[in-house]
Amino acid sequence: MKAFVAVTSALALTLAALPAQAQSTLDAVKSKGFVQCGVNTGLAGFSQPDSKGEWQGLDVDLCRAVAAAVFGDAKKVRYTPLTAQQRFTALQSGEIDILARNTTWTLSRDTSLGLNFAGVNYYDGQGFMVPKKLNVKSAKQLAGATVCVQPGTTTELNLADYFRANNMTFKPVVIEKLEEVTNAYFSGRCDVYTTDVSGLVSVRKSRAQNPADHVILPEVISKEPLGPVVRHGDDKWFDIVKWSLFAMVEAEEQGLSSSNIDQMAGSNNPGVQRFVGASGELGKMLGLDDKWAFNVVKQVGNYGESFDRNLKPLGFDRGINALWTKGGLMYAPPMR
Amino acid sequence: MGSDPFIAGPGQARTKGSDPKVALAWAREHLFSSWGNTAVTLMIVYLLWKLMLPFLDWALVKAVWWSPDGKACRVEDSGACWALIADKHRFMLFGTYPFDAQWRPALASLIFVALYVVSAIRACWRPWLALVWLGGLAAIGVLMWGGVFGMVYVENERWGGLALTLLLATFGIAIAFPLSILLALARRSTMPVIRWLAIGYIELIRGVPLISLLFMASVMLPLFLPEGVTIDKLLRAQIAMILFAAAYLAEVVRGGLQAIPRGQYEAAQALGLSYWKMMGFIILPQALRISIPPLVNTFIGFFKDTSLVLIIGLFDLLTTVKVSLTEPKWTGFGVEAYIFASAVYFIFCFAMSRYSQALEASLGAAQSRGTNGAGKGVA
Repeated sequence: MKAFVAVTSALALTLAALPAQAQSTLDAVKSKGFVQCGVNTGLAGFSQPDSKGEWQGLDVDLCRAVAAAVFGDAKKVRYTPLTAQQRFTALQSGEIDILARNTTWTLSRDTSLGLNFAGVNYYDGQGFMVPKKLNVKSAKQLAGATVCVQPGTTTELNLADYFRANNMTFKPVVIEKLEEVTNAYFSGRCDVYTTDVSGLVSVRKSRAQNPADHVILPEVISKEPLGPVVRHGDDKWFDIVKWSLFAMVEAEEQGLSSSNIDQMAGSNNPGVQRFVGASGELGKMLGLDDKWAFNVVKQVGNYGESFDRNLKPLGFDRGINALWTKGGLMYAPPMR
Repeated sequence: MGSDPFIAGPGQARTKGSDPKVALAWAREHLFSSWGNTAVTLMIVYLLWKLMLPFLDWALVKAVWWSPDGKACRVEDSGACWALIADKHRFMLFGTYPFDAQWRPALASLIFVALYVVSAIRACWRPWLALVWLGGLAAIGVLMWGGVFGMVYVENERWGGLALTLLLATFGIAIAFPLSILLALARRSTMPVIRWLAIGYIELIRGVPLISLLFMASVMLPLFLPEGVTIDKLLRAQIAMILFAAAYLAEVVRGGLQAIPRGQYEAAQALGLSYWKMMGFIILPQALRISIPPLVNTFIGFFKDTSLVLIIGLFDLLTTVKVSLTEPKWTGFGVEAYIFASAVYFIFCFAMSRYSQALEASLGAAQSRGTNGAGKGVA
């Protein structure tokens, strides 16, 4: 049967890729010719296929940056859309090379799951949104409020912890589906809606009749540093992913962008010279071409460009994700 | 959908008639036979009127048909946002398949439909049908993967939408059905080990939900495989679905086998037929015929079950519809998107259901007249 042929040939295809897996991840990636990247099945601004089926987003840009660093071609990425439950298995089993799926860095994931977090590409945290007409200025004024929240995540636990710690009571309205929980909030069934600030921002922008009628309170009650993840035990690959992200941040700090890096490459600023690979051997130390960082910025852009392209249209502002020189947390160690 | 020629088959003779007098008489007899009946009829008509008008108003009159940025849909008092479908239909139907090459999955889906239609015509139930399927599936494989005749290679992670749904359903049913016949025969076998194995398999698989099988295939299985060995995600899901469908179909087929009178078995044995000849020529043709309604029922269920691959991140039709809704400009228009998805599912499932009714009617008529239905062809 043709079905049998298809099944066996598909199996043969995957088995053919086997010998490569025994080597280091970098060698395996080089021999298969692309980076296999695990992404979210659909999260606006982070990883989402557009109307043409092309993946877009902050996490997707990170995958493209690694491909640009390794191959000099940001297009050499294949995406594996993953659900929250599958993501770690897919990485552990070697199905993907990088997991860039808005994953929160925690101690237990870093250690007991056998993973390495290669940095943070978005600092998130849980916040509260309330209608402006309630005239609430701080989360401390929310005693007795009705709070819309989705179940089963740390969101619900953080909420309970926060209210208990502040000796306040609240009435939870727990709704599973994002669609319905936001409807409940906007129809006035709850006074407050809580989820990660990134979620609040995009919901306010996309769902509110008038976004200015809703305020996000200043209190952020949890830390959700989201970042790319690789497997334990391959430090070389870990370095490459980590420094691909740092290169994007460093480029923004140095004022290098996809539009000006060609001219800037000719400047005699020693930092820029090292960055574009004109002097020093930074690429060789990573096992890459010396123009690796140049390729990342040229093809993907710096961190700020990626942020402006993917998150700004959704109504995000840089906030704590600004560069450290501008009061944010984005900081790359010296590239030398 | 392609089943119309069958509807007028024997056994479907009662026509309500296009003659207005007949229709009037029918209405008087069924809808207005008493005061009570008339009141109920009028009330239902009134309710339908009350429900349909706002629906039509929403779905047609006030609907927004075109708005690439989705702004027109956000205007107060606007109706259904069909602009969402206009903008996202190619993503919904073909997923992340390269945009310029989407004629390939489109053609592949048409080949699938053509294969179904050809297989539905009883005049085509000849050995060459197997060759047609082989050729069709080979063409679909070439189209989807590419890499030859100047078509770019497209890895199967990028397959999606309707093409993926059809692929999962077709391969699922095509492989599970023969497997299920073997399982059903094994379960009725006199050889104890084979029987126990079949019982164990069927009860085990039927005892767990499809979701847990898919989870096992996508989350647990990779952990058991040796380091570095990975089986494609799509293939894992497909195998899980085949195993699941086979167990259910096996019980349907077994029901058919049990309905065949003992005399048929004994007569076949008296003719000196071997086990396989007895099953192939005497028992299975009858057993499968009486199993058509439950078989089609299971097929339809299975076709819709393919949407459960949503939970393991495969981009089938339902997933692409849901993912379309995560785009900020289209969030909140779930009703429109799901209406689109249900319309696509409905077309396929309704066609299957009508076809099975027609097939039953024509096969049943052949049986009751004691003639050989195969010679008669399609009405």
